[in-house]
Amino acid sequence: MAEQSPAPSPDIPPAPPARPGRLARNLREAGPTVAAGLAFIAIWEITVHALGVSKFVLPPPTMIAASMIRDFPYLMQALAYTAGITVAAFLAAVVSGILGGLLLTQHKDVERMLWPYAIALQVTPMVAIAPLVIIWVGLDRVWLGLMILAWLVAFFPMLANTVQGLKSADRGLQDVMSLYQASRWQRFRHLQLPAALPYILTGARISSSLAVIGGVVAEFVAGSGASTGLAWVIVESGTMLDVPRMFAALFILSIFGLAIWWLTSLVQARLLSRWHESELGGER
Amino acid sequence: MTDMTPTQPPVMRMQNLDKVYPNGTVALKNLFLDVHPGEFVSLLGPSGCGKSTALKIAAGLTGHSAGRIQRPGEDEVRGIRAKPGDIAFVFQEPNLMPWLSVFDNVFLPLKLAGTSRAEARPRIEEILATVGLAGFAGSYPRELSGGMKMRVSIARALVTKPRLLLMDEPFAALDEITRNKISQDLLSLWQATGSTVIFVTHSVFESVFLSNRIVVMAARPGRIIGEIGVDAPYPRDAGFRLTPDYAAHCREVSALLTRAMES
Repeated sequence: MAEQSPAPSPDIPPAPPARPGRLARNLREAGPTVAAGLAFIAIWEITVHALGVSKFVLPPPTMIAASMIRDFPYLMQALAYTAGITVAAFLAAVVSGILGGLLLTQHKDVERMLWPYAIALQVTPMVAIAPLVIIWVGLDRVWLGLMILAWLVAFFPMLANTVQGLKSADRGLQDVMSLYQASRWQRFRHLQLPAALPYILTGARISSSLAVIGGVVAEFVAGSGASTGLAWVIVESGTMLDVPRMFAALFILSIFGLAIWWLTSLVQARLLSRWHESELGGER
Repeated sequence: MTDMTPTQPPVMRMQNLDKVYPNGTVALKNLFLDVHPGEFVSLLGPSGCGKSTALKIAAGLTGHSAGRIQRPGEDEVRGIRAKPGDIAFVFQEPNLMPWLSVFDNVFLPLKLAGTSRAEARPRIEEILATVGLAGFAGSYPRELSGGMKMRVSIARALVTKPRLLLMDEPFAALDEITRNKISQDLLSLWQATGSTVIFVTHSVFESVFLSNRIVVMAARPGRIIGEIGVDAPYPRDAGFRLTPDYAAHCREVSALLTRAMES
């Protein structure tokens, strides 16, 4: 074997850096982000005090923090409600999106039959059908209505990406499967599905943040007291002019959205780490 | 290897084969080709002469429009299809699954045939050693050079012990140094396994170095215009490229190829 190998070691993959190294790197990478956040908060605090802005317009961060501590149990309860609906809607979107994608790619006619309606579902503003959905499920089961609405928003990217992914298997690899007379199932299991995985995961990332947005918007639409999530906290605090609590709820919502995004990114990195360009970063 | 026993039935037989595309293009016209056990046959011709199409028909990856083809293990009369793995194909691209390790890529044909991993392991390790990739079972395709990827592709083709190995310009994308080395390794493999090879190429030098028979094709419509035997004995090494015999054969094949391009 006279060829030069670019792989550092034959059998063992390039070992991940040792723990302290990785921690140091993570800290190094998080540094600028944290610094920017702290600077922003500091400028906010100083500006509010210096200009004497009313707490009903823009409360200083310290006041928001105080509110967050004071109303912590209440806020956490609201978060649990919103999180439950969002996660349930997201999981439903993942399952139904993948199954729907499988169905649509079975036959050209199935696609012709269903695809335009899937798009119609996507372009209909969710806010416009929210009242209808809430009426259908009944005001005593608003949570179900919210879940359906959040699912409606999160479903389409999942479906579209799955369809795209299942169709994107490389022509040459399909020839390999044909050569070995792979069954339809084998072709799906060993070629289409792994080839579609990066697309499906991208769809899941988009869906996850849309599920949060969908859940919150639906809660706004559902309105007064029928739901008890973070969106309701924001509405209620607004009417009570408790602006610091509004901000506190908003922050928790952002952090929750970030956590979901980070979690889906983690799953993506895990599943694609060894082969997909998107996860290889600078190494090479 | 060189002395063929003509009484042996051919591994593959194409008779009066036509291939016409739906748009009316005639890719192949009246193709007759017998390939005997142990032969290394090159299909040589300009682009568009249908040599790759002929190979794809041999593999069953595309259909033909008229004529007959007899593949190894196939029995038209009794309606028996060729067993998967009896015919192997090495494509122009390595066509490896990027999400599978080298081991699993080579395992794929056996897995599709229902062989368990444990059962297949010795065979896969053996074939990886044969193509010079013993230490790379756990690597992923993206970590390998072009030549090494092609070796994995060859290992995958050979793992089923095929009766016929089809190769479609497999080394065209490699640099010359790698190509020479891998060509020579292919010859050793071919001799060691006693397999039958049909090799598509547009390189006169490659065809003369590798084959014991060169079938020259012409385009529009794709057809065979002649064939030349290369009787130089195997094993052939880099020294063979320097012999007058090699040069003479290259001249002869080039002349035939020129005729193919003029016709």
